Amino acid sequence: MLSWLPYAVAGWIFLVGAYGLATSRHLVHTVVCLNVVQSSTYLLLLALGWTRDGTAPIFADIGRKRAVADPVVQAMTLTDIVVGAAVTALLLALTIQVAKRRGNLDPHRLRSLEQESEE
Amino acid sequence: MRRRLVLLLAGAGLLALAVEAVRAVGALPGAGEVPHPYGSRAVAAAFDHATANAVMSVTLDQRGFDTLGEELILLAAAVGTVLLLRRLTAEAEADTPHSYGPEDVFEAVRLIGYLLLPVTLLVGGYIVVHGHLTPGGGFQGGTVLASGLFLAYLAADYRALDRLRPPGLFDTAEGLGAFAYVAIGVSGLLSGSGFLADWLPHGTLGHPLSAGTVPLLNVAIGVEVGAAFVLVVAKFLDQALLVPQDVPEEG
Repeated sequence: MLSWLPYAVAGWIFLVGAYGLATSRHLVHTVVCLNVVQSSTYLLLLALGWTRDGTAPIFADIGRKRAVADPVVQAMTLTDIVVGAAVTALLLALTIQVAKRRGNLDPHRLRSLEQESEE
Repeated sequence: MRRRLVLLLAGAGLLALAVEAVRAVGALPGAGEVPHPYGSRAVAAAFDHATANAVMSVTLDQRGFDTLGEELILLAAAVGTVLLLRRLTAEAEADTPHSYGPEDVFEAVRLIGYLLLPVTLLVGGYIVVHGHLTPGGGFQGGTVLASGLFLAYLAADYRALDRLRPPGLFDTAEGLGAFAYVAIGVSGLLSGSGFLADWLPHGTLGHPLSAGTVPLLNVAIGVEVGAAFVLVVAKFLDQALLVPQDVPEEG
C-alpha cells in the first residue's frame, strides 16, 4: 500500500526546487533551491534502498540474517551529500563575488559577466 | 519579457518531466519490494572484511577509489572557495572599524556554547574513529568537529575563534588529510594487494580494531573534511565581518 509514495515525494521535492530555480530573484535563493532539487535525489536513493521490515545496515549488534536496507545506495547518498556541500560552498563564494562586483543579485538583471546590468 | 520567457520554458519542461516521472514511477517496483542484488553482495563483502558498518565498507573498501575522487572534489571545492574569498589588497588596506561578531548574544547562548564546545569535539572524534562500527565516519565526524570549533565564535567572538585556529594549521591539515588517503591507498599497492585494497588484518567484526584500513581512511577523511569546513566557513566569516561593506545597493 502506498508503495509509490516515497518516489512521489522525491518527484515533488524536485519539481518544487526546479520551480524555485526558474522563478528565483536572488542568487542565494537560487543556491538554496538547487539544494532542494538535490535533496530529492537523496530521498529517491534511500527509497530505492529501503527494505520492508529492514533495519540499518550496521551489523555491530544485529545478526547477519537480519533484513537491512541496501548499503550501496546509502553510500551513494553520502557521496551525493558531500558533493552537494562542496557545490554549495563554491556557488555561495561566487555569489559573494557577484555581489561585490555588480552590487546586484537578481539573476534576471545580470547579463554577461563584464557587461553592466540594465535598469 | 525575459522573465516570462524563462517561466514559460521552465513550465513546459517541468510539465514534461512530471508526466515522464509519473510514467517512470508506475513502472518501478514498489518501495520496499525491490530485490537488492548489489546490497546483499555488499553486505557479504562487509562481513568478509569484518566491517560492522556496511555503508562504510561500501564507501571506503569496496568503492574506495570513488571516494578518493569524492574527497578530491571536496579538496578542490575548498581550495576554490578560499581562493574566491581571499581578501584583496584593496580590501585589506581599507582600515575601517569592523565588528568581531556576536556582541548581543544572550548569556545563555554563550554559556551553552562554552559547555558544548568540548562535548562537540569529543562527539566528533568519536564519530570519526567509530565509523566502521556505528553510523558515522570521516565525513560526518569531520563536519561535527568543524562545527564544534565555530561554537567558540558563538560563545565568544571572532578573536577567540582566531586563537583556536592558528594560521596555516588547517591549511596543512587539509592537505595532509587528502595526502594520507592517497598514501593509505598506495600502501595497498606496496603490500601487493592493489590500490586502496583493504590489506591490513581484518580482526573480529564489531571490535574497535577491525575492518583493516577502513578506520585509518576514516581518520584521514575526518581530518580533511574538518579542516575543509573550518577553512571555508572561516572565509565566509571573514567576508561578513572583516571586509568593509561598501557594495553599492544598485548596479
